[in-house]
Parts: sequence; C-alpha cells; structure tokens
Amino acid sequence: MSGDAPKPVVSDVRAKEQRRKLLQAAAVGVGVVGLSMTGLLPVLLRKEQRLRPPGALDEHDFLASCIKCGQCVQVCPVNALKPADLFDGFGVGVPYLEPREQACDFSCDVGQCILACPTGALTYHKPAFLPVSEGMQVPAPPVLLAKQHEPEPNLNFTERMGVARLARPEACLSVRGEGVKGSARGERFKGKKRWTEVDRWAPQPVREHRYELERCDLCVRECPIKGAISIEDVAGKPTPVVHDACVGCGVCEMMCPAEPAAIVIDARTPWSAT
Amino acid sequence: MNRTLDQLRLMFGGEPRKPAPEAYTPGAKHLHATKKLKKQDFLDMEARDAGYRKRQVWRKRRWAVLLTVNLLFMASYWLDVQLVEGSLSGSRFLGFHMIDLNAALGLMLAHKHIIVNLLIGTATVGTVWLLLGGRSFCSWVCPYHLLSEWAEQLHLFLAKKKLVKDHPLHRGLRTVIWVTFAVLAYGTGYTVYETISPTGIVSRALIYGPGLALAWVAALLVFEVLYSRRAWCRYLCPVGLTYGVVGTFSPVRIHYDLEKCAHEGECKKVCLVPHVLDHITKGRAPAEHLDIGPDCTRCGMCVDVCPGGALTFSIAGVTRKPPPTKLVALNTPEAAPPPAGSTEGAPR
Repeated sequence: MSGDAPKPVVSDVRAKEQRRKLLQAAAVGVGVVGLSMTGLLPVLLRKEQRLRPPGALDEHDFLASCIKCGQCVQVCPVNALKPADLFDGFGVGVPYLEPREQACDFSCDVGQCILACPTGALTYHKPAFLPVSEGMQVPAPPVLLAKQHEPEPNLNFTERMGVARLARPEACLSVRGEGVKGSARGERFKGKKRWTEVDRWAPQPVREHRYELERCDLCVRECPIKGAISIEDVAGKPTPVVHDACVGCGVCEMMCPAEPAAIVIDARTPWSAT
Repeated sequence: MNRTLDQLRLMFGGEPRKPAPEAYTPGAKHLHATKKLKKQDFLDMEARDAGYRKRQVWRKRRWAVLLTVNLLFMASYWLDVQLVEGSLSGSRFLGFHMIDLNAALGLMLAHKHIIVNLLIGTATVGTVWLLLGGRSFCSWVCPYHLLSEWAEQLHLFLAKKKLVKDHPLHRGLRTVIWVTFAVLAYGTGYTVYETISPTGIVSRALIYGPGLALAWVAALLVFEVLYSRRAWCRYLCPVGLTYGVVGTFSPVRIHYDLEKCAHEGECKKVCLVPHVLDHITKGRAPAEHLDIGPDCTRCGMCVDVCPGGALTFSIAGVTRKPPPTKLVALNTPEAAPPPAGSTEGAPR
C-alpha cells in the first residue's frame, strides 16, 4: 500500500485473502489432478506390454483391480515379481516380471500370488462379465512337471501370461549345434529356479546348476510346463518349437544361454499357430 | 446432532462460525461471562507449564506407534515374520484381510466388481478406524504424515527466520479433489489417485525399496516447507477425508473443557487442522464440554501443549470424566463473581 492510498478496511483485506486462497487452491488442485493424469501416458505409449503374474486380468482390468499392496510380491518364492515404479504411470505399484532376470518357475506349485491377491486382480477364474480373448485361454489346465505324478498335477489358472517365441533362431545354440558347459547364465547371474531332484521345495541359484551338454536344449529341459515346448527338426536343424500349452512363464527366456536370449516371452500375447 | 453436522461442514471446507446466541448452554454463558485472565496469569501459565509442554508425551507415543506399525510391515517382508504382509493399501494382519478404505473405494469405482475378500478387508479396516477415531489413521499410521511433520518443523523454523511464509489454501479443495478422483476412477477405469498417493508410495518404498516415485513425495515436502504448511494433509489428501467421514461417530475424541481453557491459542498453533479448534477463541464455545470434530486427527499435539489441561483424549463410555484442572487457581477470585443461581449449569 502506498502512503496516500486510503487504508483498506478489514473486510477488504479479508476478501482479498479469501480470493487468494481460492485461486491458489484451484491452481494447486488443477496441478495435482493434472499430474496424476499424466499417469495415463505410460499406459497409452508403452510399446511392449509388461509381463504380469499368472492369473492376471487383462491389462486395463488388472490396473483397475490391483490395489498395489504387493502381497503377491511377498509370497513369490523366487522373488520374480516387482512393484512397478513411477514411469509405469497408472501402473505404479502394480506387479510385473522381467523374465530374463527372474522368471516365474512355479516353484510355489500353485500360484501363491493368485492366492495372496485380496482383490481378484490375480485370479484362477475370471468373473463372468470379463471376456477371455481368443488365444489367451490355455487348451487344458497346465500340468506342472514338478508334480505331474502327484494326485493334483495341474495349475488351475486358465489364461496364459504370454507366449514364448524363438526370436533369434540364428543365435539359438541348438540350431547352431552348440552345447552348454558350466552354468547357463554365468557366475554372476542372480536368478533362481527350482530343481525338484535337488530340492522339492527350495529354489536354487541358477549359477550353481552346471550343465555338460553336447547340444543345448535348456529351454525344453527346464520348461516347468508339460508339453509347452519341444525340439523339432526344422529345415534340418533341431529347433525349439513352442506349443499351445505354453503359459508364458519365461523360464526358457531366463535359462537361454545366448546373449541376448534367443527365445523370448511376448507378454500378454495370444497363442497363434504360426 | 447440529454440532455434528456443523463439524462435517467444517471438514468439507466450510468456515467456522460463531454459534448463535441461543446455542450456548447456560453454563457456557456463565463461564464466558466470568472468566477473566490477566497478562500475569498467562506468564504464570507459561512458567508453570514449560516443562510439561516440552515433554510432548502424546507425540512420543504417536511416533512410537507410527514407526512400530510401519516397521512391522517392513519386518514382515524383510525378516519373513509374516505378521502384516502387504503394504498400507492392502495387507493381511495375522491372516485377516485389511484394505485401505480410500484405495478400496477407488478400486471399486474403477473396476466395478467387488470380490468377497476385498469386502471383508474393507469392512475390517472400516470398523477398526470407526472405533479408533477415523483420521487417527493419518497421524498414528500414515508414514507420509511423519515426513510431513518433520517438513513442518523445518517450515516453522524458516518462518520464524522470516525466510518463508505460510500460504493457506481454501479447505474446500480437499472435497473437490476427493470427488474429482472418485469421478476419474469411475470414468477412466484406472485407480488414478494411487498414482500420486504419497501414503501408498512411501509405504511401498519402505517395504519394497525406494523408487523414483519418491521424487514426487520429495517435491510435495519441498512445497510444504517453502510455500504452504502441511499442504497435502490439510488441503489435498482424499484419504484423510475418507477416514474423517468414518471417524464422525467414533468414540475416540479430543475432549475440550471450557472451564480449564485459558484461550491462549497454543493448541491452534500446533494443530494440523486448526479449524476444529475454532471454539477455543474466547466466547465461541457453545458448551462447557465439547468433543472435537471428525477432521481432527487425534494426534494429541494440542493435548501436549495445552497449559490448562483443557484438551484431553477421551473415549466415549470409557473415560469417565476429564482429570481435575491444574489451573483452578488461575480463575482468580476477583474475576469470578458468585454465580447467579439458576444460570449456572453444573459441569458434567
């Protein structure tokens, strides 16, 4: 206030302060809501889908129904699940896998993450109103090789997480006729996997498991699901071929000794015969 | 009931009003008319209660609880103790489902499908906080609250040095934010609020390790330090409003005793939500005994600083009567003429 201006009455000052409060509140509110809506961008712009835990609803429903509590993260015996960070936008706190680092090897036997989920974001059976897209349903309940001789050999989820694909056949050791000596992924690899012949329940570090193979068949040898992948003769070369029992768990990608992996998981991708 | 409605109105962003003359109880009228304190009385109070105030009993208790709860979450995962598996948005406490009310609400609106476990968890948590005071979730559990308290201390320090100034915002903002996020969840089918929820972000960071999302929390804290004191908890957080509504009929309250109040305003200075203490202004309390409204986080800071012991924790049906005042002597004899017979309402 300049000296000669009439002194404002108290109510004027108050009205001004009230106006400032309102305007700044509006600005802050718009800012906060605007910022939260930027979370939509990663969801729209992401080129490759995240690989979600077994039994996850379709991506949009999964993001809507996941409460971001991480109970699935906590129960996974191989720590395959991670809660996503800021750059996943609306997917912040939602669990995903990076199968090359740590695949889901079902060493929990049943899908503990599905049992842990309190909201039905991970579920054995989708609610009736949610459609199952073609090619996502597995043809029969997946048989877990680790318990194939037990009374209940199946995993009870009905949809795949994704599907494996031999992305770089030229790098595949089997196609190239090369073998594996020593550990599959080197001495510094941190991933784990269960070998029932070593321990029925406790997963072992992959680096401690050593191979002596004339010709690599690790993707087939280590696949936890019955009939999901086999080595077939393709153009005269023994080549891994993925079948429609594949659930997309990513063990083949994790175990592939080629760098980068010759076989990869296409997350949330339906099975197609080609 | 009128007071409850008025307190809800305050929580949703309304401004405090002086009660209508007919709203005052005779006892309150009498106390307002007779209570006179001099400067010396305040100085005496200051001297007498400096030690008491420094003890910060309730703050210590509250920090201990808040840290313990969050440490239990952390230990459950890190040490595989499995007491409370999960994070603040959803967990199992000894096997019982617990789901954060605000997160559950967003999820139900976004997903439009409610499974039994979700309902059980939400009902459990709703009942717990109905019993424990609603917004007591904020001050006794929410890890962001603690960070924000530390930021507040920095803000107050800087404000004292005249380096920063508090800019209060309109409190109606929180209600608008709450409705906006509810509409967004329903409309987009995404739990939009969870993207920026500092409660969820800090809780997950503590349990599953830090991430870049903490940058947003840091930005919020900087805003609170430099521009607007406790801005998130005061003007923005929809979680606080959800729990506030739950706590409307909670038995756990801060109780106000007009007779012991010296109207110094110490409580309002430390309070996260000072509008709930509007009636401590001399002449505004319509009754001798009042329960503080639902927006109160039951943090106990006011209890810690109140020199007269006018503010206390009370649990309906458990706390029989407020402890005797330490400051009876300060209602100095020359200030209090003998009550005019029938107008005196006996203290509860």
